Order: sequence, then structure tokens, then C-alpha cells
Amino acid sequence: MNRSSSWAHEAIAVFAKDWLLELRTRVALGAVVLFAVTSVVASGFALAPPSGVPAEVKAALLWVVIFFAAVAGLSRVFVVEEETRTADALRLAVSSTGVFAGKLAFNAVLMWTLCAITVPLYLLLLEAPLRNASLLVIVVLLGSTALACATTAVGAIVAKATMRGALFGVLSFPVALPPLLVVIHATKAAWLSDNAWRVAAGDLQVLSGFMLVIVPASVLVFEHIWSE
Amino acid sequence: MKWQIVLRRVGKVFDERTVLRDISATITAPGAWVISGPNGSGKSTLLRIIAGLLTPTEGEVLYLYNGERLTARQQRQAVGMVAPDMALYRPLTALENLRFFARARGLSLRDSELLEWLEKVQLRPRAHDPVATFSTGMVQRLKLLTALLHRPPVLLLDEPGSNLDEAGARFIYQTVKEHAGHGIVVIATNDTRELGYGEPLIQLGA
Repeated sequence: MNRSSSWAHEAIAVFAKDWLLELRTRVALGAVVLFAVTSVVASGFALAPPSGVPAEVKAALLWVVIFFAAVAGLSRVFVVEEETRTADALRLAVSSTGVFAGKLAFNAVLMWTLCAITVPLYLLLLEAPLRNASLLVIVVLLGSTALACATTAVGAIVAKATMRGALFGVLSFPVALPPLLVVIHATKAAWLSDNAWRVAAGDLQVLSGFMLVIVPASVLVFEHIWSE
Repeated sequence: MKWQIVLRRVGKVFDERTVLRDISATITAPGAWVISGPNGSGKSTLLRIIAGLLTPTEGEVLYLYNGERLTARQQRQAVGMVAPDMALYRPLTALENLRFFARARGLSLRDSELLEWLEKVQLRPRAHDPVATFSTGMVQRLKLLTALLHRPPVLLLDEPGSNLDEAGARFIYQTVKEHAGHGIVVIATNDTRELGYGEPLIQLGA
């Protein structure tokens, strides 16, 4: 029997376990995808013909749909361990960093899956303009990862609180708003600008910087929350 | 003397309610030790503090190996615990639960080895069934396996015999006896049979 436990090994184990649970129960995936697809289809019908809707509004609407779909599913990754009383067994087996990294990876993949379904559907139904497809892919990838970081961070903080729902909403506002505003601006650039990469360069830097700050800060805070 | 757990004036207050006050003890290996006391006296809280799942409001718990203090990570790796409020992943099968806890603890155990572990508690025929379909006694046996999988020197058992039949109770006794031969077993219980599994360590609410 060989033993080699680092936080990276622990994170991979937590990630694999969470996906196995998700494939077995389909709780988060069902909630997230159902919410997003319903919202996009409803918007497509409500805004018909979509050609009259400004690109700014379309960009904002896309990310509002993605954000609220994310909130519906991603915030529960830590809470579910407390509610099913598996948190103590997890605490004894895995370090707080391993748990946070595993849950963050799970949420990021869930967000990418959500975007892979929502964004093409949105482009199709709302006839969103597309000047720079490669930039849009990068923006969606960075934006969804940043939102996964934000919701995971807030989800970790509120996991042990009694008024989780209300607290999640209050804390999400200041944490998720900056990346949300930036990603809407970058999406608009990918849709409209001739020199889109130059227009969106600052936005991509802000998104990357946001993740570089929020993830280590969340790991530090989570260590204290998770241990009690 | 290799392993030692030292409780120094441990106290715990929840909100304004004092659950534990000024608990001091030295637990040494090898041996089995019993924490007893009436319901609500703080047995489970004390065991959770020893496991590192709760931080004491006062005092401290030290894990020592050959007189050297262990880090938090080493302490976590040294402990296996079974408690009524510690659940397994119910949608996953018995084998998947064991596989997860083995990987999480950095153990490279093959499925064939994990099935041998399940054989020890007569759960091999149910290896591929979700834990949600298990009886409470079967879950208790599987919980004990997950606690023992990484061969921890310290085994903490909170009311280990609850929901177990005669065969299950015998398995617990056998496990305690074997483990106490080389490591530390701490049992929190009120059960008259389990009180005899080890030396009296602390009687709470006395």
C-alpha cells in the first residue's frame, strides 16, 4: 500500500467523487441547464424579432442568464456536504485546500458545460452578431471560470451559516458584479468591434486578475470556516 | 511509548452554554480508553475535539509521536473515526465510497484489495449496491471500514455498537481488541457492554 496525499491528489479525488454523485443524482446539472435553456428560449420568443435588440442588451442578457443559472446550482457544492452529514468524514480525509480546489474544479467544469449548451443556443435564437469567434470563446471560458470562482468562494463562506440563501445573495452581489460587468463588455467587443482583441484586452486582464485574487483569498478564509 | 494524545484543560462553550470544562487527560498507546457519561454530558463533543473536528474554546489537544508534536495534517492522517452523525455518500455504492476515501487519503488500493476489505465485514456481496439501500447496521460496518482503511494509529468510536446486531457487536469488539494491541482506541459510550471494552478515561457529568 502506497500513500502519497497532497492537496492536488485530494482535489482530484473530491472532483471525481462530486461528478460521480452528480451523474447519479443530476441535481446541479439539471437545475443549471434547465434554468438556462428555459431563460434563453423564453428570451428568444419574447424579443422576436431579435434584430431590433441592441448588442449591449443581448450581451447583458446572456450573462445574466448564465449567472443566475450558476447561482441555482453552483452554490450548493459545500452546503450539500453539510445537509447530507458527509462533511465530517470529508474533513477527516481531506485538507481544506483539497476540498476547495476539488469543489472549484467541479463548479468550473459545470459552468463550461452550461456555457457549451447556452451560448450556441443563445447565438442561434437571438441572432447575436459575431465578428470575432475566437475572442468570444476566450471571453466565455474566462468569464465562466471567473463566475465559478466567485460562486464557489461565496458558497464556501456561507456553507455553515444558518441563513444561507439570504447571505449568498448579499455576498454574491459585490463578489460577482465586477467580473460580470467586465465579461459583458468583452462579449460586446467580440460581437461588434473590428479591433475586438484590443478593446477586450483590458477586460481579459481584469478577469484573470480577479481569479488570481479571489482563489487564494478564498482558500485562506475557507481553511478557518471549514475547520469549525 | 510512541503515540500519545494529551488533553490540557479542554473546555467548550456553545453560544453561552458550557458543555465541557477543564478536561485534562493523557491517552497513551497501546490501549483502549472509554469516555462515559449520561446523554448530553458532552461525550460526542469531546470526541470531536480529540478528532480535530471542533476547536476547544479553552485548552488544547496535542498529538505526540515519540514526544514530537504532530502538525494538523499529520494529526488528521493519524485519526480514524466512526460517529452516528458522520454519514457516507448514500447515492454511491459501498465500493465507490471506499474508493473515494482511499484516493482522498492518498492510498493506492486496487478494487480487488477494497473488495477484500468489504469481505471482512460481510459486505462483499453488496459491494456494487448504493449505500442508500443498506440497513443501518450495514452502514455502521462500512463506516468502520472507511475509518480503518488508512490504518490509523488512533481510532475514535462514538457509540460504535448502536444499530448493530450480535455479529456486528462482536466485530466491533474484535476490532477494538486488535487495534488496542498496537494503537489507541477511544470509545464514547453509555452502553454497559461497551464500557468494558477499555480502561475508564473520563466520566463526564459525574
